[in-house]
Parts: sequence; structure tokens; C-alpha cells
Amino acid sequence: MNKKKLIFITGAVAVGVVVQLLISSGVINPYFAQILTLMSMYAILATSLNLINGITGQFSLGHAGFMALGGYFSAILTTKLALPLPNFLMFPLSLLFGGLVAAAAGFLVGLPTLRLRGDYLAIATLGLGEIIRVMFVNWKYVGAAAGMKGIPGYTNFLWTYVIAVFSILIIVNFIKSSHGRACISIREDEIAAETMGINTTKYKVMAFVIGAFFAGVAGGIFGHLIRLLHPNSFTFMVSVEILLMVVLGGLGSITGSIAAAVFLTGLTEALRQFSDLRMIIYSLMLIVIMLFRPQGLLGTREFSLDMFSKFTKKAEKAER
Amino acid sequence: MAILETSNLVKTFGGLTAVSKFDIYLNEGELIGLIGPNGAGKTTAFNMLTGVYRPSSGSIKLMGESIVGQKPYEITQKGIARTFQNIRLFKDLTVVDNVKIAYHQNVKYGVATGILQTKQYVDEEAEIQQKAVALLKIFNLDHKKNELSKNLPYGEQRRLEIARALATNPKVLLLDEPAAGMNPQETHDLMEMIRWIRDQFKLTILLIEHDMSLVMNVCERIYVLDYGKIIAHGCPEDIRTNPKVIEAYLGEEVDLSAEN
Ligand SMILES: Nc1ncnc2c1ncn2[C@@H]1O[C@H](COP(=O)(O)OP(=O)(O)O)[C@@H](O)[C@H]1O
Ligand SMILES: [Mg+2]
Repeated sequence: MNKKKLIFITGAVAVGVVVQLLISSGVINPYFAQILTLMSMYAILATSLNLINGITGQFSLGHAGFMALGGYFSAILTTKLALPLPNFLMFPLSLLFGGLVAAAAGFLVGLPTLRLRGDYLAIATLGLGEIIRVMFVNWKYVGAAAGMKGIPGYTNFLWTYVIAVFSILIIVNFIKSSHGRACISIREDEIAAETMGINTTKYKVMAFVIGAFFAGVAGGIFGHLIRLLHPNSFTFMVSVEILLMVVLGGLGSITGSIAAAVFLTGLTEALRQFSDLRMIIYSLMLIVIMLFRPQGLLGTREFSLDMFSKFTKKAEKAER
Repeated sequence: MAILETSNLVKTFGGLTAVSKFDIYLNEGELIGLIGPNGAGKTTAFNMLTGVYRPSSGSIKLMGESIVGQKPYEITQKGIARTFQNIRLFKDLTVVDNVKIAYHQNVKYGVATGILQTKQYVDEEAEIQQKAVALLKIFNLDHKKNELSKNLPYGEQRRLEIARALATNPKVLLLDEPAAGMNPQETHDLMEMIRWIRDQFKLTILLIEHDMSLVMNVCERIYVLDYGKIIAHGCPEDIRTNPKVIEAYLGEEVDLSAEN
């Protein structure tokens, strides 16, 4: 258990250091560095949506909305209010602020809608995402339909990677705690969970708020990467894209979400010149997975070191 | 004083009155049977006692305090646990996780402690694991603790559901047809076990059974429900010979003189 964690942390640090060195030395060019940054950002988005949809079993379609809230509000802090703080403090502070605004919105929407059953939440969060977007289209202070310009480019690979590792660690530890088990029990059987003494509304809202928080943080990362926030960057299709990562990786599988985030971000770049086609491909993928493998490629299983040791053991047996 | 008492409990679904005039009391430590033909309203009564359904009218008192209108989780936390007629385990979770979830209401560490995995978290998780395994041992399920609960044979799933209910540390345990789908030997063992856990855990138990011959030997008092109404109440001997009960069960394949 502890050994596994040690391996995980060592591995995560090693990957981060190596990639950062390759970027600094120019082996990885800025274009690929940006793709790696986006992969880390989408890993945050996919794992946080997985906490809501996969772990707790609530169908949310509002991640783009929370991302927008986090993006705009963190950018307001760094762009509009010139606080006398060094960048290395200003940036994380603004991400935290963006995350908290998104979490607060998640709480306000989650409390009434999570009392209702599945489909209502999907519809309510879908509507919420659009309302948030329209709000930014009309909000002159942040540039309205023209978008918000002049955002400082604080985001780089290292920041994003480190934040992604911490976000994922927080979400995984939450899932492993008794509170996380309470969330999982809701996914498994809500009536039984309630009968076991679990305040299901409380835990649904909790998962929703934590998920919204990290979506907001990712939105802040996005804004300070692209340096321009436009309401059209947060359409319903962005929520669908994140949902596709969660479904592809397996509802309930965190490692699956990370793998799918990396894979689909790469695919998006590869298909950039066919961007209209891309959305059709994604929608079709989502439909095909839902029809033939609704639990996702991994289901609730996780990639693990045991999987590899099982594999090598099989190979050994075969050799004998 | 009765630990659980209902009076004039009524539940209607649209035009259908599923339960009416449901008056029962359970004294501390009793093992009571609730029997009646299929569709009599037994499960509906359980759903009202556990807060799954809100009664259309009437009162439910747990240790003198009204629990009408409370959420199921609040009622569980106050001390009523139950099993379901159609087993409702967390199918895709392991046997031990099923039990651990039932311990959640007594977990003291907070969300932040869980995320930071402090010593308090480690200690409490170890304690929960140990308590859950100890409970599973009583039900002879500890050797299967890491299996998915859906992979257990039927009889073991029923036992696990009872174990999980006990993990909530109840004062009153409601069992909805726990012997359904079991063979006579399994049923006999289960009834012995129910009596044993009542003594061991100092519980008050209300047991639903469709087949009345099963409860005759284990229950101290029996209520008979028919068309939503309590039509008889008394010790097994009286129930067995009560003409109303015989009439209610007429046409059903039940041997009323069975000693089982
Ligand atoms: N949720 C519900 N909606 C409508 N009718 C119901 C509902 N639950 C139970 N009933 C009806 O109430 C009656 C009693 O059912 P139930 O309590 O399950 O009986 P029992 O457990 O004694 O077999 C039946 O006629 C059943 O169809
Ligand atoms: Mg029933």
C-alpha cells in the first residue's frame, strides 16, 4: 500500500522532471509543450468529472460552465485587479479563487437539483452551462462577446503538471476515504445507501462541489495558457468532450480518465485541421461506447502495477 | 415501554390503500413476526417504518419519539436497520466494503483528514476494517471478504445483507422475507441464526414472512396482515387456530399444522 504510493509519487516526480528538462533544453518544442500542458489540464477535468459521474453516479453535463467560471474569475484577479503580489503567488491564488467561485456555483445548483433523480441533473447542469456562457457573452466588464484579452501567460507545463498531480492525489485520497465510499455506495444503490445511514444528498452535493472546484481550477489554467477568454471556448461541446474522456476511460476509473484525457487531447491535435469532423467523430465515439460498452473501456477498474505483474507471470507460465 | 410503536398507520397509492390501520408495538428484546399473503402490505409497512415512504397518516414512535417524516438515513442513525425482500447489496463492491459503508455514520474523521491521510485516518480505517472482518466472521463470510458481493451464492448474499444491517449498530432490526428463495435446511439454519443474533446483539427484531409456518417456531408474538389491515395478533398457538387467519390464507398452499 505505502510502497505503491511511493512508486506512484516517485514516478510522477520523475516524469515531471524529465519532461520539464526536455522542454527547457528545447528538445520538446513549445508547440508540443503546450499539448503536454493541455493533456495535464484535461486530466484534471476528466478526473474531477469522473468523481461526479463515475464515482458518485450523478450525470452532470456542466463541466464547461464551471471551467468558464474558474477561467473568467481567476483572470479577473490577475488581469483586472493589479494586486501587488509576485507571479508565483498571484497565479495559484487566482486559480484557487476561480475554483472557489466554481465550487460555490456548484453548491447553489447542486443543492436543489441533486435531490432529484438522474436525468434532471443532466438537464439542469446542461442549462447551467449555457446560462453561465450567456452571462459572459453579456458581461461587458470581461469583454462580453469579444472576449477577455490581455491575460498574463502564467500557465506553463510545470505548473499545470504539478497542479494536476495534486488534484488527482486529492481526488483519489477522497475516494479511498470513508466519505468516498459513501459516494460510491450512492452510485451502487441509492436506496440501500440511504438505509445504511448515509445522507445521500450531502454526499452527492459534496462530490459535485469538489468536481466543480477542480473544473474551475482547470479553467484558470486554460485562461492563462490561451491568454484570451471567449465565451465560445466553453460551449456544451466542451462538456461533451470531457464526458467522452470519462466514459472512454471507464466510469469510476481514475487511471482510465487520465489515460483517456492524454489520448483524446493528442487525437484532438492530430485532427485539428478537420475540426468539424472531429466533433462528429467524438459524438459517434460516445454513442458507440454507450451502446456497446457503457461501463467504458476499463469499467471501474484501475491500471495498476499488479496488472503488469499478472501479465508477466502469465508470460512466465507460458514459457515453462 | 415499547421500543417501536405505530398507531393508525395508513399508506395509499393514488386510489389504492396498501396499508390501513396498522397498529403494532415491539417491546425491547422481542422477536416478532409479521405475516400475511402476498400483496397484503407487509413491505409497504416496512417502507414506512424506515422512512422510504412517508405514511399518508398515523404515527410511528421509536422510544417514544416520533420519526414520521424523517429521512431513511436519519431513522437508521436513530437505530432502525433493515434488509430488503429483493436483496439490495452494493453488488459491484467487495463483501467487506459492503459492511464498511454501513460503519460510515460512525466515522469521526472529516473530509480533509481523509484527503491528507493523517494518523487519525489510518487508525480509524484500520479499526473499521478490523470491525468489519470480525462481523463477517460471525456470519462465516470473512474468508470471502475480498470477493464481489454479486459473486456470492444466494444464501450468503442474504447473510451478508443481515451483517451489513447489523453494522449500522441498530436497536431494532427489520427483516423482509429473509428466507425467500432458500431451501428448508437453509431456512431452518437462518431462523436459528436470527434468534441467536437477537440474543447476541440485544436486538428487537421484526420479521416479515410470507410462509407462516416458518415463523411459528421462532417468534414470540405474531401479527397477521391481510389487505393492509392487521387481522390478528397473538402468540403462535392462537394465530395457528385463528379462523380469520385460516380464511386469509385459504387457497394458499400452506400447511397450518406444520411443526417445521
Ligand atoms: N410504490 C408503489 N406504488 C403503487 N402501489 C404499490 C407500491 N408499493 C406497493 N404497492 C402496492 O401495495 C400493495 C402491497 O404491496 P406490498 O407491501 O409489497 O405487499 P407484501 O410485501 O405484503 O407482499 C400491493 O397491492 C402493491 O401493488
Ligand atoms: Mg413484500
